[in-house]
Amino acid sequence: MAGSGTSAGPDAARPAEDGYNFAYLDEQTKRMIRRAILKAVAIPGYQVPFGSREMPLPFGWGTGGIQVTASIIGRDDTLKVIDQGADDTVNAVSIRKFFARTAGVATTERTEDATILQTRHRIPETRLAAGQILVYQVPIPEPLRWLEPREAETRKMHALEEYGVMHVRLYEDIARFGHIATSYDYPVRVNGRYLMRPSPIPKFDNPKMDRSPALQLFGAGREKRIYAIPPHTGVRSLDFDDHPFEVQKWEDVCALCGSGGSFLDEIVTDDRGGRMFVCSDTDYCGRRREAGHTGPAAPDPEGSGA
Amino acid sequence: MAAMSNGSALRPGLRDPVPDSQQVFRRVLAAMSEPGTVRDVAVDLAPPAPLDRATAALCLTLLDFETPVWLDAAADCEEVRAWLRFHCGCPLVEETDAARFAVMAAPAEMPALDAFPLGSEAYPDESATVILQVPSLEAGEAVTLRGPGIEDCREFRAAGIAGSFWTRRREMEALFPQGVDLVFASGASLAAVPRSTEVRF
Repeated sequence: MAGSGTSAGPDAARPAEDGYNFAYLDEQTKRMIRRAILKAVAIPGYQVPFGSREMPLPFGWGTGGIQVTASIIGRDDTLKVIDQGADDTVNAVSIRKFFARTAGVATTERTEDATILQTRHRIPETRLAAGQILVYQVPIPEPLRWLEPREAETRKMHALEEYGVMHVRLYEDIARFGHIATSYDYPVRVNGRYLMRPSPIPKFDNPKMDRSPALQLFGAGREKRIYAIPPHTGVRSLDFDDHPFEVQKWEDVCALCGSGGSFLDEIVTDDRGGRMFVCSDTDYCGRRREAGHTGPAAPDPEGSGA
Repeated sequence: MAAMSNGSALRPGLRDPVPDSQQVFRRVLAAMSEPGTVRDVAVDLAPPAPLDRATAALCLTLLDFETPVWLDAAADCEEVRAWLRFHCGCPLVEETDAARFAVMAAPAEMPALDAFPLGSEAYPDESATVILQVPSLEAGEAVTLRGPGIEDCREFRAAGIAGSFWTRRREMEALFPQGVDLVFASGASLAAVPRSTEVRF
């Protein structure tokens, strides 16, 4: 079961393995997490403390996202898991297998076929639809943490909407570099109220959070926090009138599919300075190539197997 | 032991608690994410009177020993108490300000919403969720909802609530992020109005 085509495409639902409760967590834990999720949705962007459990993988490997997914997932769901946009990297493969094994749910790599998408650090390029739920794995949920280490103080700052210190931090970027150099984990205001850390997604993805038709849930396992953005909720990236928010741009297009509008990863190809840029979203890139798009370094269609 | 003597009258809970409660939770999550939309719970349940199926399904899905529950006079009968104690194991409290959940079978006579915990400025999540069982989610006077989860605006028509209810609810908008979250239940249907929603009429 484990060896057969781990990343070769969708896997149908099958019976969950014996010896586990459905989706691993016990029912009381699920209830506690479910109540926290409901409060998180009711107070967009606010971090709800929850009793994070020990999971069969270490903190930092997505335990917050896994606990959120385990609490919402049902037998009829189809799960997609990505790690930096890719479906076939180790974190994504192991989490997808975890739920295939403990919940017996169907899994997929196609963004539009998934009902629940768990992500580490990217939002898919394909626009999400109403009814889908995007679950983020969050390492540090508190946007003010590196500016104020005391939880009691950051709680107070959120209560009083005292976010000037974050503007100062962005201004220091401008003073030093001439522009806002923060390129990932870029702070946002949710519905004009809470300052929120979008987990380390590139700021390229920030505009996708704004008024998304999908529900977005954030789980931080080690830090024991859950927060949420309901559908159709305003999410504004912090900026200044004279330094408006901007996303990254590339001079290159994807070397494989030729996309000029997606987030690109730089890949070093040799030790003489050779490099290429390819889409970070493997599903998006693969499907574009299937549809006949090619980029400057695409292998000839007959011989392509990767 | 008093409750035990009525043991034969104790109604069953969810038939298959793991998938049933997951299914109910997803409905209430969808309802809370998109305020004012009406969802049906598809569970087979014969709850004690006066609880409707949706009300009872919400209780079985969300309540346990960590959630003190307050019942209004209409819901507060021995059969409901015994049923909640047995299936949810939740403490039943007399004081509104000690409740994390409130179940109203007759919302027209309910106490003021701000009698329930509103959370604190630093921890607004430590607040009540109020379940209001109403005769209909379609036949009441229309109010207009705006806010997170609503693309533009949405009409909501809960029947069986006091005339001043929405006025009181509107006054609480100024308290945000403090507040209570409302879940309306009727028959097998439910809808939600979280504190983030602006209500206009």
